[in-house]
Amino acid sequence: MRYIPHTENEIQRMLDAVGLSQLDELFDAIPQKQRLARPLDLRRAVSEQELWGELKTLAARNASTETHDCFLGAGVYPHFTPAVVDALTSRSEFTTAYTPYQPEISQGTLQTIFEWQTMICGLTGCDVANASMYDGASASAEAALMAMRATRRSKVVVAAGLHPHYRDVLRTYLNGLRAEIVEAPLADDGRTAPLAEQVDGATACVILQQPNFLGAIEDVRAAAEAASACGAKLAVTVTEALSLALLTPPGELGADIVCGEAQSFGVPMSLGGPHLGFMATRQKLLRQLPGRLVGETVDTEGRRGYVLTLATREQHIRREKATSNICTNQGLCLLMATIYLCLHGRRGLRALAELNLAKAEYAKARVRENPALSLPLEAPTFNEFVVGVPDVAAALERARADRLLGGLDLAPYAPDLGPALLVCTTELVSREAIDRLVAALAGDAS
Amino acid sequence: MSDPRARIGNTGTGFSYEEPLVFELSRPGRIGYSLPAYDVPPVDAVQMLPDGSVRDDIEGMPEVSEVDVVRHFTRMSTWNASVDLGLYPLGSCTMKYNPKINERAARLGGFADAHPLQPASEQQGFLELCHRLENELAEICGMDRVTLQPAAGAQGELAGIMMIRAYHEHRGELRSKILVPDSAHGTNPASAALNGYEVVAIPSDEDGILHPEAIEAVMSEDVAGLMITNPSTLGLFEEHVVRICEIVHAKGGLVYGDGANLNALLGIARPGDLGIDVMHINLHKTFSTPHGGGGPGSGPVGVKNVLAPYLPTPVVRELAGAEGAGFVLDYDLPQSIGRLHANFGNAGMFVRAHAYIRSLGPDGLKRCAEMAVLNANYLLARLRTAYHVPFDRAVMHECVLTDRSLQDTGVTTLDVAKRLIDYGYHPPTIYFPLIVHGAIMIEPTESESLDGLDRFADAMLAIAQEAREDADTVRTAPHHTRRSRLDETRAARKPILRWQPAARD
Repeated sequence: MRYIPHTENEIQRMLDAVGLSQLDELFDAIPQKQRLARPLDLRRAVSEQELWGELKTLAARNASTETHDCFLGAGVYPHFTPAVVDALTSRSEFTTAYTPYQPEISQGTLQTIFEWQTMICGLTGCDVANASMYDGASASAEAALMAMRATRRSKVVVAAGLHPHYRDVLRTYLNGLRAEIVEAPLADDGRTAPLAEQVDGATACVILQQPNFLGAIEDVRAAAEAASACGAKLAVTVTEALSLALLTPPGELGADIVCGEAQSFGVPMSLGGPHLGFMATRQKLLRQLPGRLVGETVDTEGRRGYVLTLATREQHIRREKATSNICTNQGLCLLMATIYLCLHGRRGLRALAELNLAKAEYAKARVRENPALSLPLEAPTFNEFVVGVPDVAAALERARADRLLGGLDLAPYAPDLGPALLVCTTELVSREAIDRLVAALAGDAS
Repeated sequence: MSDPRARIGNTGTGFSYEEPLVFELSRPGRIGYSLPAYDVPPVDAVQMLPDGSVRDDIEGMPEVSEVDVVRHFTRMSTWNASVDLGLYPLGSCTMKYNPKINERAARLGGFADAHPLQPASEQQGFLELCHRLENELAEICGMDRVTLQPAAGAQGELAGIMMIRAYHEHRGELRSKILVPDSAHGTNPASAALNGYEVVAIPSDEDGILHPEAIEAVMSEDVAGLMITNPSTLGLFEEHVVRICEIVHAKGGLVYGDGANLNALLGIARPGDLGIDVMHINLHKTFSTPHGGGGPGSGPVGVKNVLAPYLPTPVVRELAGAEGAGFVLDYDLPQSIGRLHANFGNAGMFVRAHAYIRSLGPDGLKRCAEMAVLNANYLLARLRTAYHVPFDRAVMHECVLTDRSLQDTGVTTLDVAKRLIDYGYHPPTIYFPLIVHGAIMIEPTESESLDGLDRFADAMLAIAQEAREDADTVRTAPHHTRRSRLDETRAARKPILRWQPAARD
C-alpha cells in the first residue's frame, strides 16, 4: 500500500524490538472473541487510476456551475473564485497542519486567523471576531446560547426571515435546555414586522437575518432598539456575506452579535460544505464568545507574533463549563476567505456587491414587465428575491430543460406566498442567462 | 557583520522572510481583482436602497495586488509545520498522510461547484457517494446506520447525546446524568453539558483503564448514558468495555463511543460488536481528510437500530420498488432530533474519505491499524528508558509518557516539546490527558517509516540527555525558529485580537 512505508523486513525488526513474534500479538489486549474474525466486508482496493475514473463518473452525475447557470442561493451562493485562492490554499503547509497549538511553528496559520478576525470586524462593524464556526447555522445557534449566558435569560425571539434550516438547527441545539423559542412574523412586504409584541423582559436575544431568507433588507436599527429596550441582545445573521460590503454593518446599527456564513468569500459551494461560519461581537461580550481566538503578543526577543488566546473559555480547559463544545474551526475555509478578501480588498468587494445588486435589479425589472410573473414582496433586496410563478414544477422543469438551475421552490418554506421561487443572481449569471430564466419561468416561447 | 537584508530595510535572514500583516502591505490604489464588464445597467445603491442602509468604506480592508497576495500567503506558509514536511505526532489527532488524489477528486466540478439545494435528480452522483460512504463506515464500526451530517467530532458527540436524550424521552424517562471518564477529551463533558446533562466524572483506575466496579458504583436509572473512548486517550484498549456496556444497558442506559481513536481498530475490532450504541467518526483523523490548520473536520455518527428513529434529518435514502431507482434526501423521520447543519454536512470531506477507503480496501485499512499500533509500541520501546511511562502496558495507536524522570533537571514536558522543534519535529500533544501529570502523548500513525521513527526517538533521547547536561538550552528552546517562545500570558492579559491603524505607531 503506497501510503504505508513499512517493508516486511522492517516489520519483523520492529516486532523483535517490542518483543513480539507476529502482528496479531499487538492486539493481545483485545480478547479474541471481541475481535473481528473476518475481513471487513468492503470492496477490494482500487488503483489511483481506477479510483479517479470512479469518482469522475459520480461527479459527472451532478449538475454544477460547469454545466448549468445557477440561480440557487438560499444560504449557499455561486460566486466566481480567482485562481489564486485555490493555488494558495492547496499549499500543504496550510492544508496538512493542525490547530496551531505550537505557535513557534504555526505563525502562518495564526497570522492568517488574525487577519481574518480583523477583516470580519471591519465587515460587521464589531470589536472582536473569532477564528470561525462550522457554518452559519451553528454560528446562529451559538449566538443564541451566548446571549442566554450573557443575559441569564432563556427566551429566544427568532425572526421568521431566518433561514429555515438555521431555525431547525437552532431548535435542535436548544432542545434539552430550558429555552423557549418564539417566532416573529414577517410583514406583507417581506420584512420582519415590528418586534415589540414578542420581545419582553425574559428575552435573551432576537435573531434577525440580513438580508433575510426571502431576500428582503431588514431594518436592523429598529430591531436593535426593540431588543435593547428590554435588555435583550440582537444577533444579526448574514448568509450572503457579500452583502456586508454594501449594507451598513449590523454592528454600527446596534447588533450585539453578528454571525453567519462566509461561504461567498471564495469557498466552493461543494454541495453544502465545508463552509465557514463567522462570529463577531462587542468587546464586552468577549468572554462569552465560543470558539478559538488568536491574539497578538511578542516572543522572548520582543518580536511580534501570534498565539491562540483566552482558551479558558474552551472545552479542552473548562470541560463541562466551557462556552461551547466546539473544538475544530473551519481553518482551511477561513484561509480561502482571507485570501479572497485580500484580493478584492477595499474596493473590489464593494464593486462586486454592486454588480450583484445590478444583476438582481435587472432580473427584477424583467420579471416585473412579464405578465405571467410577479414580485410578491416589495421590500428592497440585494442579490436574491422572490418570484411568483404560475406553476412551480412546470417553471423549474422548463428551466432545467434549458440547463438552468432555476431557483428554490418556496412551497416547503413559505407556503403563504403561493407558487413562488427564491431566485439568486450573482456575477456568475449573464444578462442572457437571466433573460432565458425569465422566459423559462414564464413559459414564454423562446 | 550586519545582515545584508537589514541594510535595505528588509527583515529576515536570506531566504527566511519576515512577513508583515497584509494591512501593512496595503497601498492606496492597488488592486488584486478583475470583475467582468457590466452587461446589465449599473445601479446607484445609495439611491436605490433605503436611507442609511448603504455603508461607507470598509474599515481596514487592504489594497494589494495579486502578486502581493500570492507572496504574502506563500511566505506565511513557510512559517508552518505540516504533515507534508515531516512527522507530526500530535496524540489523539491522527496526523496521517493526506493523499493528493483525494484533494483532486474533491475539486471535480460535479462536487465542488454543485449547489446543495439543486434537485435530487441533479445530484445523484453525490447522493450515491453518501450512501456508499455511510455503508462503508457502518461496516467498519459495526453500526446499523450512519449519518454524515455532523460538521466535526464535537458536533457528532452532540448529535449522539441528543439521540440518547430522544431515546429516553420517547420512553417517558427523564434521565439527568451522563457518565464521562476523567481521561476523556474535553469535548465529551462539554457536549453533554451543552445538551443539558449533568456530567459525572468517572476516575480511571491505577492501571489506566476503566473497571466495571467504577461504573457499577454510579450507574443508576437517572443516568442516560456513558461516554467512552476506546482505545482511551492513554492509548490503552478498554479491556472491560463489554462488561461495562452490559452494566450500563442493564440499568437502561446507552453507551456513546468517542471514535477519535478508531484508527487503532480498523479491521481488528468494531465498537458496535463491543456494545457501543452510538459513536462518532472523525473523517479528518481516521480517514485522512486534511486537518487544514484547525479544520474543517467532519464527524459522521453511527448508531444501532434502536437509535435510528432519532437520526438527524435529512437522511439519504435509496429508492425502492415503485419509487424507481436512485437516491433522495429524506426528511420524513418524525422522531428525529432535527437538523444540525445548514446543509448536509461537510460534503467535500465525504468525497475524500470515500476515496481513502476505496484506495485502501479491507486489507489496507487493517494494515493501517496494525502499522499505527506497531509504530506506537516501537516508539514506546525505544523511549521507555529515558521517559517515565505512567501506565506500563502494551499500547494501541499512541503512547503516553511523562517528564517525571527529568524532574531533578528542572526540565518539563513543555521544554521537551519546544526542544523537539529544534530537532525538526512538531511536538506531541502535551499535558493531555489531564489525569497524567506532565503528559507527552505521542501518536506516530501508520504513515511513518522505521527510519523516520528512529530519528524521532533519537531526538527524544538526545533531549533527555541534554536535560541532564545542559538543561538551560532545553528550557529556553526553541532556538532555531523564526520566533522564540511567545508570551501567552501577555496575549491573554490585554488581548489584541485585531489589527488597528492606530496601533501602527
